[in-house]
Amino acid sequence: MATTSPEHADLTPDKNDSSPPLLLLPFALLGEKFLHVINNLGAISIFFAKSFAGIFTRDQFSATVQQVYYIGAKSVNIVILVALFVGMVIALQMYHVLVDYGSVGVLGSAVSLSLIREMGPVLTAIMITARAGSAMTAEIGIQRISEQIDALETMRINPLLYLVSPRIAAAIISFPLLTTFFDLVGIIGGYFTGVILMGVNGGAYTNGVISSVKMDDITGGLIKAVVFAVLVATICCYQGFFTHMRADGRGAKGVSLSTTSAVVASCVLILVSDYILSTFLL
Amino acid sequence: MPEKFIEFRGISKSFGSRQILNKVDLDIYEGQTTTIIGKSGTGKSVLLKHIIGLLSPDEGTISFKGKPLNEMNKKELSDYRSRLSFCFQNNALFDSLTVFENIALPLRKTTRLSKKKVAELVHSRIDQMELSDVPDKYPADLSGGMQKRVALARALITDPQIVLFDEPTTGQDPIRKNAILSMIAQYQKKFGFTTILISHELPDVFFISDRILVLYDKNIIFQGDYRNLQDLKHPFVDEFIKSLEGVQDELTGLHSRKGFENQYNKAITRKEAENGFAVIVFSVENMAGFTEYAGHTAAQHFIHSLGSHINMYFSDKGISNRFSRDQFMTMLPTTRVSQTGPMLEDFASRFKINGLEAELDITRTQAQSATGYTLRVMAGLAEGTPSEEIEKTAERALKDGQVIAEIFIEKRGQ
Repeated sequence: MATTSPEHADLTPDKNDSSPPLLLLPFALLGEKFLHVINNLGAISIFFAKSFAGIFTRDQFSATVQQVYYIGAKSVNIVILVALFVGMVIALQMYHVLVDYGSVGVLGSAVSLSLIREMGPVLTAIMITARAGSAMTAEIGIQRISEQIDALETMRINPLLYLVSPRIAAAIISFPLLTTFFDLVGIIGGYFTGVILMGVNGGAYTNGVISSVKMDDITGGLIKAVVFAVLVATICCYQGFFTHMRADGRGAKGVSLSTTSAVVASCVLILVSDYILSTFLL
Repeated sequence: MPEKFIEFRGISKSFGSRQILNKVDLDIYEGQTTTIIGKSGTGKSVLLKHIIGLLSPDEGTISFKGKPLNEMNKKELSDYRSRLSFCFQNNALFDSLTVFENIALPLRKTTRLSKKKVAELVHSRIDQMELSDVPDKYPADLSGGMQKRVALARALITDPQIVLFDEPTTGQDPIRKNAILSMIAQYQKKFGFTTILISHELPDVFFISDRILVLYDKNIIFQGDYRNLQDLKHPFVDEFIKSLEGVQDELTGLHSRKGFENQYNKAITRKEAENGFAVIVFSVENMAGFTEYAGHTAAQHFIHSLGSHINMYFSDKGISNRFSRDQFMTMLPTTRVSQTGPMLEDFASRFKINGLEAELDITRTQAQSATGYTLRVMAGLAEGTPSEEIEKTAERALKDGQVIAEIFIEKRGQ
């Protein structure tokens, strides 16, 4: 309740001033930030829902295939390279731990499970975010600032269906495929370090992989890949699509800021959602 | 009177605390070319985006054929928007699509036409827009004028009833500017659509406009014929129109209308009221046909050449101006009509050699038809008097037009 006593005068809201009293300012800022986040979450959810529904409309097949090529096929090389070294370094680290306990026989299990359950989906998603996600934001952002998206609307072409739906569909197809590639190549990389360089028994390594990996592990990894695909494609497309609404930069600067925001937000959300998914899947 | 197509009643729009439009009322008529002029940043593009539906008003009603857009159901709104096309200031072509794909996009995405039919329609439009050499090129490989034609082809591919142009001539040289405006005027006549245009190109844009709308201080302060705009007593006319119009026509170097009127008034006040003087009106026979044959740029090169020659030849004898897209008027204050015959013959022979023939390379290289074209320059004479309005004298001179120079143009190699 507002008071008029002199000692509380500074806390009394001025009827002509909409800014909160000084002591309440942190709460007001927190509340404002919270509302901003909620607002953005709502907007991004609607953006995703409309774009996802658009996947099932006519004439999406060829555009989706094209995007699978850009997002998926063109990312294969970088995914293979990263997967090989990740598999090798996991095997190297595990070997030095396991050898102290005389358990190098479980190296295959350790490498394959860490790759299939965690490293494969997460690192694949981060790699695709860096390579294709940033490109999605930049491309759509440039189309926005050069009025190409406005042009679509004037031609009665739904820009979400034309630009975003094929990218989300392609990401949902590409992420699990590339994750599978990552897992396989990582396991081969682990074999190279463990068996060929460190002298672990090849049969023990292979048997460890086959016996320890269950269908649930593979399914769990692929579920994560699909969730990451949705997150990355939606965030990257959303940032590009609304690049003109940024308060902190317009034009080319706005596109560059949107691209940075998209990559950072995607990577953070990949790691956060990975933890949440792991708690449910384990 | 043509039918009212689009009406704005009390339209207001703000972005944050900044008000752009304040209770704007305006009318757009069917089949006309309406040009919106106003200073930069006054909300002309915002106004256009309200028509196309990219922006919604905070207040007021926009009606199409008497029906408010906010009362239309989804189907009616879609039907309304299908009648509109928009040409953006920077063309907004898709840089990852070829010229053919850019033009085909609206058909592919909004109709169920077969691939064959789409290709047929697109190729036909490509031919009409003189883009036959570039269907497989990307927008970045084209000149500014060609990109503009691709944007126009894309806008016209769905046979719209209303085409909106947002500053279509920005950043172009005088010949290109006039070529683009000429192209808009030609296609407007050819396809019969209603044109709404934003432009700063005065007085060139007046030549193709049926109505002018002036946006000033968040409101429309004038709607009507551009000749009446000159008489409007408003700071905008002094600040903006007169400064933009200048004293010289950018394309030809001749006096602008304003410059001509000043000189003309000075000349007739120096003469005895009853004394007559010679007025010559030069025109190009069937300019539209020549434009279709030779292309818009070549046609504007020709207008530039004719205007420059008139300027050079008559500048020490009288005053000249360009008073429509393809007509020039020369007033000879100290010459009687009976004395102008030899002068006109001399001008015609010089122009034929230095003007028409010098232009051949341009017209030949851009000529589209194998049959050739006979280009004729006409001149009409009339005796003017200080008491008669100059427009009336010009009308009499036009009626008396005779061919003073002609040349047959054919494609190179024929």
